[in-house]
Amino acid sequence: MTEAMFEDSHSNGSDDSAVDIADVMQKMAEHKGCGTEGGSGKASCGSSGGPEDMPAEIWEKVKNHPCYSEEAHHHYARMHVAVAPACNIQCNYCNRKYDCANESRPGVVSERLTPEQASKKVLAVASTIPQMTVLGIAGPGDPLANPGKTFETFRLISEVAPDIKLCLSTNGLALPDWVDEIAKYKVDHVTITINMIDPEVGQHIYPWIFWENKRLQGYEAAKILTERQLLGLEMLTERGILAKINSVMIPGINDRHLIEVNKAVKSRGAFLHNIMPLISAPEHGTVFGLNGQRGPTAQELKALQDDCEGDMNMMRHCRQCRADAVGLLGEDRSAEFTTDKIMAMEVNYDSAGRKAYQEAVEAERQAKVAAKKDELDGLEKAGDMKMLVAVATKGHGIINEHFGHAKEFQIYELSQTGAKFVGHRRVDLYCQGGYGEEDALDTVIKAINDCHAVFVAKIGGCPKSDLQAAGIEPVDQYAHEFIEKSALVWFKDYLAKIEAGEIVHSDRGDAAIRQGALLGSALLSQAS
Amino acid sequence: MAYKIVGSQCTNCTACEALCPNLAISEAKGTFVIDPAKCTECIGHFDTPQCVAICPVDDTCVIDTAYPRYEA
Repeated sequence: MTEAMFEDSHSNGSDDSAVDIADVMQKMAEHKGCGTEGGSGKASCGSSGGPEDMPAEIWEKVKNHPCYSEEAHHHYARMHVAVAPACNIQCNYCNRKYDCANESRPGVVSERLTPEQASKKVLAVASTIPQMTVLGIAGPGDPLANPGKTFETFRLISEVAPDIKLCLSTNGLALPDWVDEIAKYKVDHVTITINMIDPEVGQHIYPWIFWENKRLQGYEAAKILTERQLLGLEMLTERGILAKINSVMIPGINDRHLIEVNKAVKSRGAFLHNIMPLISAPEHGTVFGLNGQRGPTAQELKALQDDCEGDMNMMRHCRQCRADAVGLLGEDRSAEFTTDKIMAMEVNYDSAGRKAYQEAVEAERQAKVAAKKDELDGLEKAGDMKMLVAVATKGHGIINEHFGHAKEFQIYELSQTGAKFVGHRRVDLYCQGGYGEEDALDTVIKAINDCHAVFVAKIGGCPKSDLQAAGIEPVDQYAHEFIEKSALVWFKDYLAKIEAGEIVHSDRGDAAIRQGALLGSALLSQAS
Repeated sequence: MAYKIVGSQCTNCTACEALCPNLAISEAKGTFVIDPAKCTECIGHFDTPQCVAICPVDDTCVIDTAYPRYEA
């Protein structure tokens, strides 16, 4: 967003900026999120099409928000500041005691900040990373269980860096009490984690909530929580604040129930639904980790997301990041911005430089969309066929990562409607805390086993032949080209080969979703 | 008696500090501590001790048997 645009949105009164959500929902339903250039393409996320596809005020809100737009997440970065350590509920997938600096998942931070430190950190990061457009408060507890620190942080940041978008992520228990304050600070993106709308289900996810100075448990606790979450969502919608719903998919507990959740949140005006896999490694010490509750497989997760997509825009690019993460989604540069380092940094907030950089990013995005459009013709041959391919990328929507350096692969589904982003797979190494070293290549193959091909900038001879043996074609002839365009060119070539009888198409199996801690050193080498 | 915080279990989440009706909780040396002279076990304020009710780690805010029970 340019500064001029931001000033416009500031000069509007809150009444003016409120939008008719029913109208928006209708337009979004028509729009169906990403990939609509192909005609019948369904959304892989909230909003990747472009300004022509949605109301201008919604486009302005999401176009450079990596968590609200799949397309934006290739280009723009976010940061979280860990100013809100206290929480008012307990979840069976969360363990606040576990604290490993190498760990990457929600609820975990290395250090907590005061609002003043957070403000300094935002300036330092924004000066270093010009594509950093979004500041979120996501804990490590609940931002609204720490309202003083949360809103003081927003106040300070809006003074020093007014072009940065503010957002927060909450469990929703306290949300109805703070919606007006959220509107006052121009926080126009709020994420609510909603895992159930039925207390019978909820009592297996939430052991307790803290409510009116008491700890409540079981059905009663879950009932109050769901009522507060849905009330909070309705209040956000009334005020024109975009709401994203996060849900943790817990097989056997809420997996099919999340379809009901999806309907409930959609009808209350939620903009985007993000269904994430449960993280439950035993070493995290969570209730689910210790009682052996498993997370979903890649195909189980995708099937549920696909089932919900008919009703609503789904987010599939969430990386379930730390409460102090910094950088593009999928990268974490938080180690570059510890309190010691930022306090020593000389910060020069270059708003003109940031604006110029972001304009360059816009041009790059337009080129990417145009390139994809050119390749959409001639896909009818695919018929009902759908297939997945994996892509090694460092961002910008380009195939620009070496196979061996990739710590995640992005997954695209190819079909007659085009190339659609449907997820990502972590392939980083585990923390070595007594859990034996795995063969790195084996890890990659397990993670992308449901893919027919993997697109890379470069790949060595050994992994190449091992991938081929596993039935995954390594593709390196599109190095440094646009992902979607290249995938479509390859797909048409694949279809032609089937037609010519050169190859026989067969389905692939399932794939594993990685659990466990990231290796900090691997992160640092990636970031540098 | 008063409540005390088992330092090795405390996650420094700060939740108890804001809830204490007696302002008995403060941060010291990287963990939170309860001033036994100020703690009333929340008697007269709430049905349950607030620090116990909000603490995310079970058995972290516990009765300190070194002190006699508080009497309102």
